[in-house]
Amino acid sequence: MTTDTPETTASPIVRLRSVSKSYRRGGQIVPVLEEITFDIAQGEFLALMGPSGSGKSTLLNLIAGIDKVDSGAIFVGGVEITALSESELAIWRGLNVGFIFQFYNLIPVLTAFENVELPLLLTPLNRRERREHVEMALRVVGLADRMDHRPGQLSGGQQQRVAIARAVVTDPTLLVADEPTGDLDRRSAEEILHLLERLNRESGKSVIMVTHDPRAAEQARTVRHLEKGFLADAAS
Amino acid sequence: MIPISYSFRNLWTRRFTTFMTAGGMALVVFVFAAVLMLAEGLRKTLVETGSPDNVIVIRGSAGSEVQSGVERLQAAIVESQPEIALGANAQPLLAKELVVLYSLNKRGSDKPANVVIRGIGTQSLALRPQVRLVQGRMPSPGSSEIIAGSSIARRFKGGGIGETLRFGMRNWTVVGIFDGGSTGFDSEIWGDVDQLMQAFRRPVYSSVIFRLRDTALFHRFKNRIESDPRLNLDARPETKYYSDQSEAMATFLRILGLALTVIFSLGAMIGATITMYAAVANRVGEIGTLRAIGFQRRSILGAFLLEALFLGLLGGVVGLFLASFMQLLTISTMNWQTFSELAFSFTLTPGIALKSLLFSVVMGFIGGVIPAFRAARMNIVEALRES
Repeated sequence: MTTDTPETTASPIVRLRSVSKSYRRGGQIVPVLEEITFDIAQGEFLALMGPSGSGKSTLLNLIAGIDKVDSGAIFVGGVEITALSESELAIWRGLNVGFIFQFYNLIPVLTAFENVELPLLLTPLNRRERREHVEMALRVVGLADRMDHRPGQLSGGQQQRVAIARAVVTDPTLLVADEPTGDLDRRSAEEILHLLERLNRESGKSVIMVTHDPRAAEQARTVRHLEKGFLADAAS
Repeated sequence: MIPISYSFRNLWTRRFTTFMTAGGMALVVFVFAAVLMLAEGLRKTLVETGSPDNVIVIRGSAGSEVQSGVERLQAAIVESQPEIALGANAQPLLAKELVVLYSLNKRGSDKPANVVIRGIGTQSLALRPQVRLVQGRMPSPGSSEIIAGSSIARRFKGGGIGETLRFGMRNWTVVGIFDGGSTGFDSEIWGDVDQLMQAFRRPVYSSVIFRLRDTALFHRFKNRIESDPRLNLDARPETKYYSDQSEAMATFLRILGLALTVIFSLGAMIGATITMYAAVANRVGEIGTLRAIGFQRRSILGAFLLEALFLGLLGGVVGLFLASFMQLLTISTMNWQTFSELAFSFTLTPGIALKSLLFSVVMGFIGGVIPAFRAARMNIVEALRES
């Protein structure tokens, strides 16, 4: 079930095979995703849409390796992440996934520089190399002059740009964004979407974005809809 | 690993809570350190009263000089032993001494307290290098002259230089003040042994003290003395004699103090647990984020434990700092072995400082371990939902 967009005919970066996931709520088992099978091509910019409770965030969490499937398998870049242990998964996430959250999730006591540096602390890079990477990432998001500011001293849009810098600083293949514009005003939201689009186009990052906002989805190359745990037909 | 500054800055960010919690721990560490300092002060005062190469001979089964009696003949036999070191003019470095307890009134309050009056011989001062005459002169033999320890001079009526004390139906003039270097001698009055024996109607000495030629000879001496049927005497190195004396009191202080500390520390540890639980609860989203970007459970555990350890250490440093001021205080207590007044001060040693800091860190650790595990075990998705 790949999309028919001509640019994404390369081998898929994400492959889901019969993935099911349910939650236990008050003694009842509530199915969230049922038997989902689909691929996401390398270099894709995919928007996942759907009403609340449709399972789009759950799907994103499973692909990003922060949640566990009940059954089925997920391959990302050739690695079967559903077979990894908790600790292997953490290492894998650090190297392969960049996270962008709705509320930025920056560490308030650390400066913009230190926030962006965090994922690099898990790599063998030395201090000087880390500094170069962080400065480069902050330049990409246009915040090189705000390195020493704490998140509280930045606007929402700036905080989200710092978060994007943190997501790309380790040069991961996959960027996952859960409602990245959900907390932003129109102009900041556009900046962020433009930035994601640029990272996708210029650096070839695969981007998977969950959003409610149809205008955000417009920036994506592909839009998929989830309805009650099933993938609805593709629309791009 | 998560940078150390993360733990530091979070403590600083909620500094009010941090200082309140650390303050609670500081109080406990203060009590802990103060008790150890007290026991140490007591021990030091009594143990340093003795010299390692001095031997004290008292009547067998007598616990202390006060209860002891050594007859003149027995003292003469001891004096003739070959293990005794010789002094300047080939005189044996030996003193036959008398110890009497006498009640004197304190300055100010006028309350009576027991002091040790020690009859000394010509070698007594030479046998105790830690004792120095700081004012006046030594009493002339055969006179009613005495010298007082600096603690006596300061705290007892008539104990100052030039003043007179009345005991043994005589007036005694204080002609000198000696400094016992914070040993038990500081709380004694010294006078000529023969004069004091007459005044107190004592036919026997209390103890014989001498310096060994060589400390290795002690056992040879002890065996000979204790197997001599004419003698019923007990020989002990002076340091052991005094440390035996301090043992009961120091143990009592230590047990009482440690019991108090344990009870207090429970409160402080619960305080630390509550603080750390609040810290974890306030940062659930951060924990989820850190885990998502690849930090392992153990890194989260480490960061929160480190925070709790810092909290404990801060409490420890503050508590120890406050306790160090206790050194300025001198307290006096009854020495239960001799029933005399004993003045000593809180003594802070590197060992006590280390123990106190270790204790505070352990409190922080115990307080922080459950919240830190909670933080480390958090489900990433649920944690992120809370941000």
